[in-house]
Amino acid sequence: MDISQIIFLIVATATLISALMVVTTRNLVHGALWLIVALFGVAVVFVLLEAGFIAVVQVVLFIGAIAILIIFAMMLTRRALSDEPHQTNSQWPISALVAAASFVALTGLTSFLPDWQWPSLAASDSAQLSGNLQQLGYALVQPNQFALPFQVASVLLIVALIGAVAVAGEKK
Amino acid sequence: MIPLSWYLTLAAALFAIGLYGVLARRNAVAILMGVELMINAVIINLVAFWRYLQPTGISGQVFAVIVFAVAAAEASVGLALIISIYRRRNSVVAEEMNLLKW
Repeated sequence: MDISQIIFLIVATATLISALMVVTTRNLVHGALWLIVALFGVAVVFVLLEAGFIAVVQVVLFIGAIAILIIFAMMLTRRALSDEPHQTNSQWPISALVAAASFVALTGLTSFLPDWQWPSLAASDSAQLSGNLQQLGYALVQPNQFALPFQVASVLLIVALIGAVAVAGEKK
Repeated sequence: MIPLSWYLTLAAALFAIGLYGVLARRNAVAILMGVELMINAVIINLVAFWRYLQPTGISGQVFAVIVFAVAAAEASVGLALIISIYRRRNSVVAEEMNLLKW
């Protein structure tokens, strides 16, 4: 067992424990703070996978935007979440069963995969991996690569922005 | 080195926990938090497969970035809907949102 495996195990345990706290804690604001811890754990997993840009986007977008948005929504709806007796509905045992079954099914599927090894890159390839951000930027704007999905994602974002303002905005 | 199956197991566990949150929570904001956990599990899978199978290619990272954009759109629209429902019905409990129920 080398050092990266130990780091992975620690980070994975922390992530899973905080994810469990997100779905089980009764105070929802605490749940949102645990969500931030879980998202940080996932960012560390991206760093372990040598995807630095994805890790930065994870911190900026998920923690900086989405988690803050969730906390704002909680504060705006705070009367409704003042310590209700039950934070889970009546079907929670079935839900736990379904979740456990999906975990078993998904891990069962991974045992069918071939035993892919961590590709040890040659020096030139490794330089390519570190220059990945530039490649990613070019790929997102080149018409023969991913310009169209990029534009579609931009349109989706602007539609979601306008839609959110239209739905949540104060009606006169 | 870390085997690929460790990442896939972590993603599967995170997905299952998020699924439990989506199915069992009453508060709609808490349901959205479960959805965020599930989306994160999916992105872990995408990045892990990119790193193990095609580390010099770029499509895996582009895929992850697009999923990030979709996650942002989903969160903003979902929370806007929840706030709008809260203004009208004064409740964010999912089972009380039954105006369209027949």
